[in-house]
Amino acid sequence: MSPAAPERRRTEQDEVTDAIREASAVDPQRGGHPDRAFAPYRSTSLRAPSQPLVVAPPSLLELTAPVFGAKDVRPSDADLTLHSTGEPLGERIVVTGRVLDRDGRPVRNQLVEVWQANASGRYAHDGDRHPAPLDPHFTGGGRCLTDDDGRYRFVTIKPGAYPWRNHHNAWRPAHIHFSLFGTAFTQRLVTQMYFPGDQLFALDPIFSSVTDEKAQQRLVARYDHDTTVAEWALGYQWDIVLDGPGATPPDPDEV
Amino acid sequence: MTLDPSPSQTVGPFFAFGLPFDGGGDVVPPGTAGAISLHGTVRDGAGSPVPDALLEFWQAGPDGRIPVRAGSLARDGRSFTGFARVPTDRAGDYVVRTLRPGPITGSPEAPHLAVTVFARGLLHHLFTRVYFPNHTEANAADPLLSALPETRAATLMAVPDGWFGGPGYRFDIRLQGPGETVFLDLVGGDAAESGATVDGASS
Repeated sequence: MSPAAPERRRTEQDEVTDAIREASAVDPQRGGHPDRAFAPYRSTSLRAPSQPLVVAPPSLLELTAPVFGAKDVRPSDADLTLHSTGEPLGERIVVTGRVLDRDGRPVRNQLVEVWQANASGRYAHDGDRHPAPLDPHFTGGGRCLTDDDGRYRFVTIKPGAYPWRNHHNAWRPAHIHFSLFGTAFTQRLVTQMYFPGDQLFALDPIFSSVTDEKAQQRLVARYDHDTTVAEWALGYQWDIVLDGPGATPPDPDEV
Repeated sequence: MTLDPSPSQTVGPFFAFGLPFDGGGDVVPPGTAGAISLHGTVRDGAGSPVPDALLEFWQAGPDGRIPVRAGSLARDGRSFTGFARVPTDRAGDYVVRTLRPGPITGSPEAPHLAVTVFARGLLHHLFTRVYFPNHTEANAADPLLSALPETRAATLMAVPDGWFGGPGYRFDIRLQGPGETVFLDLVGGDAAESGATVDGASS
């Protein structure tokens, strides 16, 4: 008979994980967006507004969006492995998908921006104190315009997970930050794309701030062997749906 | 067909090498006739400056036209693209050099800048607006301003504060607490979350 296992001491992560579970039991979130005040993510406590948002119809201005074009983005901006004189370390990947509005219409010729940690989980940022190596050949920022089908495509390196100081032994699942514009200012979105099967999802207060399981799945890319490029890079597909009024507004110059 | 939207996630602390771009705060080049300096401080619920916020501004030109020209990132020094993106500095301050917007034909709103606020600790961006005090009549008739209590409407008003190579306007953003800025739900319709509603759709 084996001796009883020593009692495991309750950790700060246990407290956070429990708080996440508790928060997930409350009402579903509209559109799957996180509530701004989400206690397990501690920085929200002084930054989430305490007053309710004021519901206002978008102005004519807010139904339009900034315009970006070929001169704003170079083709090489979409390949994050080409931004230095040498090749970055890590697992080369292709990340592609379509940007759509809620009616399923492609968002064409619009700006998509990404930024991410390197393969070791380190950002090329002065404020990142994680003692993992910087990669002299990887900065981790990229841009592209969607095509007529609303499609974007990046070549990059799979980012590593990294620790952060939300609580003791807190780790972020590997993710790529995405910034998106629609045809209207109201559709603006900044979010994060995650990789399938990450064991850190349930422990992470940022991923889990989206409490609905189906909405969580909309943050996770799908491995796609048809996107994988033989002898070169693994492929991931991730479609993005922009919230908010996406109706094509009248041409402001014609109003 | 109605697709479910992709949920928002925080911009995090490390957007500096992804989003800001050269001249992001210069909607017009230095020395442009009529240029104003719009500046302020972003503060949190404790009143402390927020040194890692990112603000975006979108606006019509002085003629009330909404720009439809590309070049919002690659400034050519001539075109008015109406878009600004600025990170706050260590003191939580930001500066945008731009032109005051004119009235947009057919819009019931007074001239304003549309603003998006991103920050670490903000899981979902915030929308707000900057109005200008010189449009007295238009402001009085503005569906949003006129529906708000005076003290709250005041949080959306730029305040003239001197000369910075052009007229200066202060627009502070308070994320939480006393003097909290009015933030907008432009997507609409979550009665449980929303305390106030402004009627009168503009389109």
